[in-house]
Amino acid sequence: MSDAAASPRGVKVDLGALWVAPPLIALAVLFLYPLALIAHAAVYDATDVVNLPAAWATLGSRAFVNALFNTAEIALAATAGSLALGLTLALIIAFVPFPGATFVARLIDTFIALPTFLATLAFTFLYGSAGVLNGALVQAFHLSDAPVHFLYSAWGVILAEVTVYSPFVLRPLLAAFSQVDRGQIEAASLLGARPWRIVRQIILPAALPAAIAGGSLCLLLTVNEFGIVLFIGAKGVITLPLLIYDKAIQESDYQAACVIAMVNVALSLGLFGLYRVAARRLGA
Amino acid sequence: MTLAAFVDEAATVSGAAELRGAASTVAFDRVSVAYRGAVVLKPLTLEVAAGEILAMIGPSGSGKTTALRAVAGFVRPAGGRIRIGGADVTDLPPYARGLAMVVQNYALFPHMRVFDNVAFGLHARHAPKALIEERVAHALEVVGMSQYARRLPRELSGGQQQRVAIARALAVRPKVLLLDEPLSALDAQIRRSMVEEIARLHAELPDLTILYVTHDQSEALTLADRIAILRDGALSAVGRTGDLYRRPPNRFSAEFLGRANLLPVVVESAADGSGLVAVRAGEERLVVAGADEPAGAARLLCVRPQNLTLAPDAAHANRIAGVLREIHWQGELTHLVAEVGGALLRVVATRLPTIPARGERLEMFFSPADASLIAEDADV
Repeated sequence: MSDAAASPRGVKVDLGALWVAPPLIALAVLFLYPLALIAHAAVYDATDVVNLPAAWATLGSRAFVNALFNTAEIALAATAGSLALGLTLALIIAFVPFPGATFVARLIDTFIALPTFLATLAFTFLYGSAGVLNGALVQAFHLSDAPVHFLYSAWGVILAEVTVYSPFVLRPLLAAFSQVDRGQIEAASLLGARPWRIVRQIILPAALPAAIAGGSLCLLLTVNEFGIVLFIGAKGVITLPLLIYDKAIQESDYQAACVIAMVNVALSLGLFGLYRVAARRLGA
Repeated sequence: MTLAAFVDEAATVSGAAELRGAASTVAFDRVSVAYRGAVVLKPLTLEVAAGEILAMIGPSGSGKTTALRAVAGFVRPAGGRIRIGGADVTDLPPYARGLAMVVQNYALFPHMRVFDNVAFGLHARHAPKALIEERVAHALEVVGMSQYARRLPRELSGGQQQRVAIARALAVRPKVLLLDEPLSALDAQIRRSMVEEIARLHAELPDLTILYVTHDQSEALTLADRIAILRDGALSAVGRTGDLYRRPPNRFSAEFLGRANLLPVVVESAADGSGLVAVRAGEERLVVAGADEPAGAARLLCVRPQNLTLAPDAAHANRIAGVLREIHWQGELTHLVAEVGGALLRVVATRLPTIPARGERLEMFFSPADASLIAEDADV
């Protein structure tokens, strides 16, 4: 059947081009329209009057600057930690032969399927004030108070995010490592290269696109992470998503919430754009 | 500059013993390899002399690559010891063995330029910068790749990549060069020219010991001083290339190393010290090279297709008659297949004044020196 149909005036219309409509409509309804509403609410105040000074005031507020700094700091640290942990685990699983390596990889994979708060809950049981670690230390050293409090700081958030997001680095790295020609590793080894030189000069360059892909995804997810930060409730650790929640739900300041949300969206899209550029240059 | 001069000069510049090449022997001392209990290399005892090219050939699964990988240190022998230059290297990691290897798919580092690929081993051995630059330049010159030093591997043809892989291996001045099917990925024409290049390299580097694994018997015949034939994980035969070709010790060697006609015969009279034995093939009485052959023993007469001729002369005193069954003209060669007492004999002729017709009686002649006898049960 032809995709082209003749109109009454004899002009042919390409019906195949109409297939672009459903995804565009879905995109508009589910993403572009809500985004436009948020952008509108960021500029207009509750009385539907353009209020740019209020928007500027939000961007210049101490709370926003602190949240932006906290978000960047936690996201970068968690991404670096996830890259380090994911890379180490991937190297061990891919290149150190041990029985059950595949099982371990699958087990780590299952973290991706679990809700993010679960790791936080587990951390509370392990490292919380009344957790296993503190309980053991109090009992062992006859202490009156729990000595370990890192969970309720930015470090707790970072550790939880590293735990949750390392599989997002591990999976693409394992796929990249499986593509590394073992002949190259063997040739390098026979030429006199020790394992660390082989990792640095042969394996990592081959896996760089995968590391960038996994790291970028990690960075995007940690920039927008909400559940872990909320669940841990670390004192003074307010990130952009948490600040949006506070402004919208706690303070009912929707314009401020939407201004911060637009910054968050711009940050995410900017990171995604950087990732695409890097991926294109590295052939990922 | 010749390659030999390059080696001498580079060795002088380095002043470091570990960066100099030295002729080394390789010894397999009852080396066996097993994967999960399945023996893939039965106890192998074999020595490669310093400066020698030993080709290990055999069909897939014969254990030749496993033996090579055991020397490299990629495979841990289940038993036996491996010695290089007299030193036991069985427990040494690959990077400490002083070897280099060239493999079928080149295994060049794709993100490094040609210069850096060739320099890799020297960097790994912490060679001084000046020496690295000199050796890389010379190694590339030797393989004719100097003008490609700034290229990435993907910008080179298969033959050029293999040249770079050889330069990379030679640059570290290995004790032994391991070649694992190095030409298998190349097309026939480039393969022929690369075989000649490797032969030239070895002529210029006579001290370099080469262990060459291939399934291509023509590469082995062209390059090797000696050939080891493996079958089902065991050594089937080993010997100097010419000897093994002319006097294969068993049926498998005769058939794997070049085509051979094998005709059942019975020894008529024992060798009399002249090095010749009279045998009978049906009604035909033939005289062939042999020694210590007992009268009445059943043997296989081995004669190569190109050693059979259709024209009688004084040198080709033996005559076999058969019926021509097939003719295959291949340009410069004509292959004839004749049936002799139930066995098929192949004749390869370069020039035929008249081409016989199928079904015609065909008389074939060969010299006693061009034939040998194989014990029928020597099938290992």
